[in-house]
Amino acid sequence: MDLLSSYPSWLITHGAALLIILPLLVGAITSVLPRERLAWIVTLIVTLICVVTSLGVLLDVYFNDAQLYKMGGWDPPHGISYIIDGLNTPLIFLICAMALLCTIYGLPSVAAEVEPKKRAPFYAAFLIGVAGLLGMVVTGDAFNVFVFLEVSSISTYVLVAMGASRDRRALKAAYNYLILGSIGATFFVIGLGFLYMETGTLNMADIGNILRDLDGGSRVSLVAFGFIVVGLGLKLAMFPLHMWLPGAYAHAPSFVTVFLASTATKAALYLLLRFIFMVFDPSFEYVITVVTYVLTALGCIAMLFGSLQAIFQTDARRTLAFSSIAQVGYMLLGVGMATGLGLAAGYLHLLNHAVIKAALFFALGAFWYRYGITRIDDFAGLGKMMPWTMGAFTLGGLSLIGVPFTAGFTSKLNLVEAALQRGWAWAAIVIVVASILAIIYIGRMLMAAYFQSPPEIDGEVVAKNEAPLMMLIPMWLLALLSIAIGVNADLVVEAAQGAADVLIGGGV
Amino acid sequence: MIDILLSNPGFIIILAGMLCALIPISEIRKFLVGAAPIAAAYMIFTAFKDAEAARTVISVGGQDMTLMRIDRLSMLWGYVFCLAGVLNAIYGLHEKCKLTDSSALIYMGAAVAGVFAGDFLTLFIFWELAALSSVMLVWKGGENAFPAGIRYLAIHVLSGVLLLAGAVMFARANGGDFTIQHVGLENKGGLLLLLAMGIKCGFPFLHNWIQDAYPKASITGTVILSAFTTKLALYALARCFAGEDILIYIGAIMTCFPVFFAVIENDLRRVLSYSLNNQLGFMVCGIGLGTQLAMNGVAAHLAADVIFKGLLFMSMGAVMLRTGTAKASELGGLFRSMPLTTVFCLIGAGSIAAFPLLSAFVTKSMIITAALYEHEWIVLAMLLFASAGVMEHSGIKVPYFTFFSHDSGKRVKEAPWNMLVAMGLASLLCIFFAFPWGGYQFLYSLLPYQDVHYEPYTGNHVVTQLQLLFAAMLAFAALKKWKVYPDERRAEILDFDWTYRRLGKNIVLWIDAMWTRLSANMSVIRGRFFDSAGKKLYNFFSPAGAMSASAPSGLSAVLTGGMLVVLFAVIYLSRL
Repeated sequence: MDLLSSYPSWLITHGAALLIILPLLVGAITSVLPRERLAWIVTLIVTLICVVTSLGVLLDVYFNDAQLYKMGGWDPPHGISYIIDGLNTPLIFLICAMALLCTIYGLPSVAAEVEPKKRAPFYAAFLIGVAGLLGMVVTGDAFNVFVFLEVSSISTYVLVAMGASRDRRALKAAYNYLILGSIGATFFVIGLGFLYMETGTLNMADIGNILRDLDGGSRVSLVAFGFIVVGLGLKLAMFPLHMWLPGAYAHAPSFVTVFLASTATKAALYLLLRFIFMVFDPSFEYVITVVTYVLTALGCIAMLFGSLQAIFQTDARRTLAFSSIAQVGYMLLGVGMATGLGLAAGYLHLLNHAVIKAALFFALGAFWYRYGITRIDDFAGLGKMMPWTMGAFTLGGLSLIGVPFTAGFTSKLNLVEAALQRGWAWAAIVIVVASILAIIYIGRMLMAAYFQSPPEIDGEVVAKNEAPLMMLIPMWLLALLSIAIGVNADLVVEAAQGAADVLIGGGV
Repeated sequence: MIDILLSNPGFIIILAGMLCALIPISEIRKFLVGAAPIAAAYMIFTAFKDAEAARTVISVGGQDMTLMRIDRLSMLWGYVFCLAGVLNAIYGLHEKCKLTDSSALIYMGAAVAGVFAGDFLTLFIFWELAALSSVMLVWKGGENAFPAGIRYLAIHVLSGVLLLAGAVMFARANGGDFTIQHVGLENKGGLLLLLAMGIKCGFPFLHNWIQDAYPKASITGTVILSAFTTKLALYALARCFAGEDILIYIGAIMTCFPVFFAVIENDLRRVLSYSLNNQLGFMVCGIGLGTQLAMNGVAAHLAADVIFKGLLFMSMGAVMLRTGTAKASELGGLFRSMPLTTVFCLIGAGSIAAFPLLSAFVTKSMIITAALYEHEWIVLAMLLFASAGVMEHSGIKVPYFTFFSHDSGKRVKEAPWNMLVAMGLASLLCIFFAFPWGGYQFLYSLLPYQDVHYEPYTGNHVVTQLQLLFAAMLAFAALKKWKVYPDERRAEILDFDWTYRRLGKNIVLWIDAMWTRLSANMSVIRGRFFDSAGKKLYNFFSPAGAMSASAPSGLSAVLTGGMLVVLFAVIYLSRL
């Protein structure tokens, strides 16, 4: 409360708008800045302001209540409204914090991976992407969601393609991502069109009310629901629609991979939650059927298939990318339970996984930065060559597996509890099996790093060469955070519980 | 914070161990290794106020954890561990190894802390910590020791998990009370707890990790390992299962079966590992008897066992340091070059064999007498047989093949001075514990039950014991004479561990081979399938293949469409 009272009141009141407008505007300016270092500093300042603002907003919701920000003072449903509630504030903070950490990490990383003349535009695209993601999460207007979805997507296509100077395959991956992302966005907007046809409004809360009055609406809203779920499913890499993800994660610059892995799919998942539970309603027969059968089934398949595919990868980034698909499966399983506990567990895993995966990808980026390593076979001796980086990687890896006293354990335990409470013992078994598979693919990397000796070049063992401090700081911050969550998860669990309450209880 | 740190003597040792990991100077580390157990012993001394139990309870996440509970039983265990710690510290003075120093301290601290733990959760933490830290000592044994260390770790982690599961079940049935108390087999979770402790204690068929890991650890590592792990389990057993009938028979079997393995085994450190098992059997049997005399016997024998077993491992370690081997077939005649070590080893051997005036004589006999009082005739017979067996393999075989027997021609230096000091001190203790004028009385004054009176030096007892020992010596001499005694041969003796080391491994290998074939077949089938669906599709799925530009987007688009159809179908069906 003390911290909150030190915020100026205008910052809290207009925080929601500031979070989007600031990076959007500054992003436009950044693209024409003459020097990369200047662009970096500007980005750092903007993300820092965003973090501070989002923290204020988070605290405000926590201590006071959810608020509705009316853009330009126009009342909904005519004007555009921004929602600030327990469901999205943790995610807003997550996105801002990740953006800040990525920016810190970016100073050495971007300099190594992106062509010099493209660096200022890189930061510009990044800022616009941040604005897009925040917009997706904050806005209460369905069409606005689509606009921000496209803003963030287009800038991420660009960001992924920037990896081309490191790895030419980034271009193919970005193209692939672009095609599929556009299909997803199109499906989404087709769904919105049908919804508009049915209800005559684009305000999400309004659509929700009208649909409830219509008791689920006619066939038009059924079709709308189908399109929206598939469109968002593509964006969040739901199992058979995940094909764009491994390529994009593997070939994008490390910076972008971290940011995508920890925020982009999460924002899409958030939208899915909001649409399923607040625009539509699980009390409609067709919604609950899709949630219970389709989302759960796809979640479980993703957990198993994603983990299995991760095991057979040769490229470390691809391994983690497939593991991300599996982790999305965990979250979908939590959503599929459609109970308060299940949703809270899914949301908790969303937050924890963002922390864990970001730490892991940070470490992978550092391996490439120092030794150009991307293949798992080349991990041999990394435990000696980069002890600190490998240490953070190990903590993250253990957390991903779900070893006790790590964040991963907390969320998996919550998921298992929720599954048992729902009476789904088989789901608990699937979670355990998928965790065992995770031991294999993480263990493979750790074994190589610690139990094999560093390679020799011309008869000399490769010398130790630790990652720069700017890379180590964000990496270790997240690795330690994942342990801290494992030891005492009260805050995060409370946030997840709050989000689940919003979903079950109905929002603004 | 300081309060908590000072509450349990084990914490000090663990802290010293962590410090050791950071200190690059060997001398300071060695000082810490020696000083930490002494400080801990002093803390035990100040914490123990007669029979009253001092407790420190902290609350972690709503769960009370009793960090410190001291009474006569845990006090004795604590002192013995500290004593062993000091001896080990002296013994290891010559070795400059940061890892050994720090893991040995943490391991020992975990054992001490575990002994003073008042509830199962605290015990579980130190139970696992002891396993994790001690495996480093196994791994220090070199390349050969690595797989053994993995097996060691796996079995100990399993034991910890069982302990926790059993404790949770027990506490649930008990209204959430995690206090370490008498459990018994009839209570829920009792069986799991017994199994957990049994693994760590080396019950028959669960014992193989001892003979597997201990002989492969480093020279100092084996000495350190032999003192704590099994004794911690023994303590837990004494707390939770005293008087449980089944333990009498388990213990009796434990005393007998290692005898046979020990007689044919060639690696003398393995022989000692078997005899470790055998001595534990006496104590498990005593716990099973559960009378006051038996429990006193267990406690006293524990004190004696830690010292003389340590002494024997030390002497074998010294031999190994000088000659590079502990194989009976390659040793012999060393008494010429290592006279002092020979003497100390003989004292240790005499102690374990329970010669009058040497320590086991005053301790083991208490357990045997307790069995006699309980009229357990079969058990008594087994214990007597095992006593003779101990004489055979530890009392005679170990010193005979190392220091006497046929001359191996090895002429080496006497053991380093620090090892001699450690062995000398241990020998003195062996003699002191059985010293008829004040020695054993002191040991007895530390035992848990002061009301029972036991007199070791009766004519009857001395004569019986000597008869037993001389009969065993005679048998050895006779067997040697007629060349029936199994020759020392280089061979690996497989015990029950065959099931998991060979059979288990073969099964895994078979599964692996089958899996390779299956996956090869599968990949052929998969290849055909994808060939028919289009070669590009296959390229996309194989991890090595780069994403081809057009196919995946097309494929994914089709999939997206398919997904939509599936969703519509589900929605449509849900409305029916």
